[in-house]
Order: sequence, then C-alpha cells, then structure tokens
Amino acid sequence: MMAGTTDLWTLMVIAGLAVVTVVARSFFFISNKSWNLPHWAQRGLQYAPIAALSAVVLPEVVMAQGHLVGTWADARLYAATAGALAYFWRRDVLLTILVGMAVYLPLHLGGGW
Amino acid sequence: MFFLRRHYTHPEFRIGMNEMWPQAPGIAAWGLMTGVAMVKSGMSVVESLAMTLLVFAGSSQLAAIPLLVAGAPMWVILATGFCVNLRFVVFSLHLRPYLIHLPRWERMAHGYLTADLSYVLFTRRYPRPAADAEGRRAQEAYLAGNCFVNWASWMLPSIVGIVLANFIPTQWGLGFAGILCLVGILCSLASTRLRIVSAAVAGAVAVATWALPLKLNIVVAIAAAVLLCLGLEKLRPATQEAPS
Repeated sequence: MMAGTTDLWTLMVIAGLAVVTVVARSFFFISNKSWNLPHWAQRGLQYAPIAALSAVVLPEVVMAQGHLVGTWADARLYAATAGALAYFWRRDVLLTILVGMAVYLPLHLGGGW
Repeated sequence: MFFLRRHYTHPEFRIGMNEMWPQAPGIAAWGLMTGVAMVKSGMSVVESLAMTLLVFAGSSQLAAIPLLVAGAPMWVILATGFCVNLRFVVFSLHLRPYLIHLPRWERMAHGYLTADLSYVLFTRRYPRPAADAEGRRAQEAYLAGNCFVNWASWMLPSIVGIVLANFIPTQWGLGFAGILCLVGILCSLASTRLRIVSAAVAGAVAVATWALPLKLNIVVAIAAAVLLCLGLEKLRPATQEAPS
C-alpha cells in the first residue's frame, strides 16, 4: 500500500473484510439447519479475539523497523501504558484513547520521542 | 432494517432508537477517531471511505490497518479480522432463535447491522425470542431502530474524521489513536485469567516471530495462544472461567 493513493488490491481487501463482518455477525443463522460448533472450537472462541488484538497491538507499541525499540525514549511505550491504566481505572475505551494521546502528543511532538 | 416500512412504522422502532441514543456520543467519538486513524496511517480518502461504509466494524478495521500498511497477504488480513470479530459469532448463536424465521437475506442484513451495543440492548430488552408473529415483528422493529441509531452515529463522524484528517499533518502521529483504541478493547476483553495469558502469549510470540514473511507472525501468535490456553484448560478443568 502506498500512502495516500488508492489501489485495487486494498479495495479488494476492504470488500473481503466487509464479507468477514457479514459472515461473523450472522454465522449461526446463515444456514437454516441448526448446528453447533465442536466443544474445543467453542472454548477457543474465548481466547482468539484477545490473542488477535494483542498480536497486532504489541509489535506496534514495542517495535520499530522490525526490532524491539532499544531506547526508553519512545512515546508509544508510555502512551500505551497510560491508556491501559486509564482503562482499568474507569473501564472506558474512549478515556483510554484520550489519556493515551494526552501522553503521546507532548512526548512525540514536544520531545521528539 | 431501518429501510423497511414495516419496521420504521412500528412503535418499537422508536423505542429501539431511544434506547440507543444515550450511547451515541461515545460511538461518535470512536467513529471520528477511527476515521482520522485510517487516513493518518496512510490509507487514501477513497479507501478510508470504502472501509467505513462497507466493513462497519471498528476493531477489525483498526486491526487491519497496520497489516495493510505492512503489505500483508489478503488471507492474513481477513483471518485476523475474523478472529477479532469472533465475539459476533458467539452473539449470532444467541440471536439465531430471534431471527431464524426470516428469509436468509433479511437475517444476514440484520446480522450485518447488529454491532456490540445493539446486541447488548436488544437481548436486554428481549430476554426471550417472541412466540407469535406480532411479537416477532415488534422485536425486529426494535432491533432495526436500535441499529439505525448505532449505524448513523458511527458513519457520520467517521466520514467527518476522514475529511478532517486531510488537514492534519501526518507527523502529529494521530494514527496512533487507532492503536490506543485497540489497547482499550484489548483491556476490556481481559476478563479471565486465561484470556490474559492468551494476550500475553500472543503479544510475545508476535514480537518474537516478527521476522516471518507475509505477516505470518500474527497467525502463529494467535494459534500459539489459543492452543496453549486450550491446553491449560485441560490441566485445570473449568472452575471459574465463565464466558462473558
């Protein structure tokens, strides 16, 4: 993907993600037949979403150019930590974003971290 | 669905709308931020608009952005999106008896439009599926009204965010708000000990296997975390791990 330009492949991925939304949200009532997932798959549903989020998020916070960040002077570390603490304080995703950005922007723009 | 006359003329449609309104500011703020994050992560305005209007699932949109930017293959992005969306698979099992009498396209349209909050409010108002035709019509109308407010209060601010983001310099790093949003959702899912284990393992594996081609580190991380948690469950039979 090139920044700021539209390409067909990205649009196809987007169409695919739309299909994923429809399939996930109507998964058990697409078919008229009643059926159930095997037990292990039902249990697996408990753990996969948080695993997927963590697998996407953690590298975006602790890595740069394919390596663990070698310095503590990185705004993302503090912003993500502050955001997580804010979540457990008030149980509010919006507050997570606001507190995280309130930490991120001064360090990133002011401190150049 | 809000475009069907038999839904929007039913009194329950308005009740469904009214019960969603208090949630609208929060949904709007999240939509606005998602719109800004998409553009500031490098997606074009056309791509961002297409994603907002078609995908209609904030967390899978936000999770897809870093993978799109990194040039991951389509199946990895779609599989990651599906994993992030697995909570809806659980919801759909619950919603099945409420919707199964409808023609398939209507069921799937209801499913597509029913995001987290609509599911929660709908099943709170109607703990049981209706037994007769009038009751079913009322439930469908409520769901349609509720989803309409959810949809509109997500879409409009998202579009505003996409347009505004064009005027904000990329160096500000506002794309990071998308990651923070995912951090918040991640924390909200951390409701049992094994889920926390799952998050820790997946995060560590994703970092350790970063060098794998095609963004396969994401797939490997999810698989490792889920298999390990299923294994740990076997060791310590279900005691307190209630699904939420």
